[in-house]
Amino acid sequence: MSAVEVIGASKIFNQGKAQQVDALVDVNLTVNQGEFVSLIGPSGCGKSTLLRLIANLLEPTSGSLMVNNKTVSQARLDQDYGMAFQQAGLFDWRTVSKNIELPLELKGWDKEKRAARAAEMLELVKLPEFANLYPWQLSGGMQQRIAIARALAAHPPLLLMDEPFGALDEMTREYMQGELLRICGETATTVVFVTHSIPEAVYLSNRVVVMSPRPGRITSVIDVDLGAKRNEDTRAADGFFRNITAVREALRGTQAEHASANAIRGLEDR
Amino acid sequence: MNFARRVAYRTAMFIVSIFSVVAIWELYKIIGPQDGGKFFGVSVLPRANNTAMPHVSTMLSRYSRPEVRGSDKKIWAVVLSGAWFSLRLSLVGFFLGTTIGVGLAVLMARFKIVQRGLLPYLVMSQTVPLIALAPLVVSWGGKLEIGSFVWPRWLSASILGTFLAFFPIAVGTLRGLSSAPAAAVELMESYAASWKQTLFKLRFPAAVPFMVPAFKLGASGAVVGVVVAEISTGLKGGIGRLIIEYAREATGDPAKVFTAVFGAAALGLVMAGFVAISDVFLMRNRPKESSI
Repeated sequence: MSAVEVIGASKIFNQGKAQQVDALVDVNLTVNQGEFVSLIGPSGCGKSTLLRLIANLLEPTSGSLMVNNKTVSQARLDQDYGMAFQQAGLFDWRTVSKNIELPLELKGWDKEKRAARAAEMLELVKLPEFANLYPWQLSGGMQQRIAIARALAAHPPLLLMDEPFGALDEMTREYMQGELLRICGETATTVVFVTHSIPEAVYLSNRVVVMSPRPGRITSVIDVDLGAKRNEDTRAADGFFRNITAVREALRGTQAEHASANAIRGLEDR
Repeated sequence: MNFARRVAYRTAMFIVSIFSVVAIWELYKIIGPQDGGKFFGVSVLPRANNTAMPHVSTMLSRYSRPEVRGSDKKIWAVVLSGAWFSLRLSLVGFFLGTTIGVGLAVLMARFKIVQRGLLPYLVMSQTVPLIALAPLVVSWGGKLEIGSFVWPRWLSASILGTFLAFFPIAVGTLRGLSSAPAAAVELMESYAASWKQTLFKLRFPAAVPFMVPAFKLGASGAVVGVVVAEISTGLKGGIGRLIIEYAREATGDPAKVFTAVFGAAALGLVMAGFVAISDVFLMRNRPKESSI
């Protein structure tokens, strides 16, 4: 059983109008259980759109999407996935542990069960002493860890992340990448991860999906052969740089085809 | 510690501002023209004489003298009971205004079409002069019969308070409800949260920093509405009625009307104070820079 199945999905904004945007055209992608897949590409390549189609926050213009062999809308109702964005998006008026409890509250869990799960999640992200603080009292990296804890609170089998570390500084970012791998390893969560950063994509992923704009589509999929066990030494290994080069060349192909100010700007973000 | 210092600072600033107003008033009485300043036959400066602008000390000492000569009722007691009467009407008006204002805001936030259709009328409603509306409300109220319910005259004054209170509350709450960040709304969608869950768990908490100032405006609006309604309908017992009665004696006893005017101002402050207390309570756990 595949965790995510995208079959011939297209998303056209403003169809038939002058401002028509072909955000995604005929995208096919299968993500297996337990796999970590990154979507990378220049701005406007539709990677965030693809993530939102999988999350059922957008409806595809054509094609179909499945999560855990269910329609995406059913998967959303069942909270089969958790989501994390670039902004941690924690609620200022809730304590850290109440923030983590939010998805459980919406599911109708009772109070004790929620508190127990929140404590468990805080242990997982190694912030148990911050349970009763408010999010604005924490650093950006801590807030993002709480956001991940919230996304995983209901133990969803799938985690969808949209540039979750984009607003963090480089050191925090590398630390968070290590933490994410550890957390996903411990919870056996499948991840679809949108990023602008080639090293980030390579370090985290089993597969890197390279996308290209106008129209948004998948141009190549690169298997990252770094093995399952990764740590800080991985970042200095030859294989790491070889894979980075492979992704970079695949991205360069997309750029040569569609050389434009936007595409270049998208690459230079990182 | 920090909190105590902030309270002390605020209190000091309040006293300083009151003394500056007193100083400006008295200064103008010294340098201003006694019979008013005329510019090409149009009077532009108020008269500085004791009839138009009594000394602050005269106004304050008036509180301790009887309301009318020979009466044993001191004027402070009369003004206080008038203010208490009007306060109760204002509270009724404020609570009705809050209910209607928040209700309309939720409705407008839920249905864009209601917002587009209703908002212009809400804005227009505020351009109707209250003085013209007051007698109408009284006469409509008088004709209203719902079972054994008889419309009391004071309710008309409260309704006019409601009329001024609901508008800032509706507009402020609407803005607050729409202030929830798009990412947070998307997050709630990803949890398949219902509109009601999103309203109570996200939109209302996010709206609080916008609602508090709107409620302050609404609270003082309720007082203005009630006082104006009392004046224009001649409702007995409140501070508005005292203002018109005392204004008639302005030539003989100029300080008298000011005692009632200050009573009305204090009333507005008390109402705004209620809201300020709720502000401190609601915003106690928020980041300090986000409180408006």
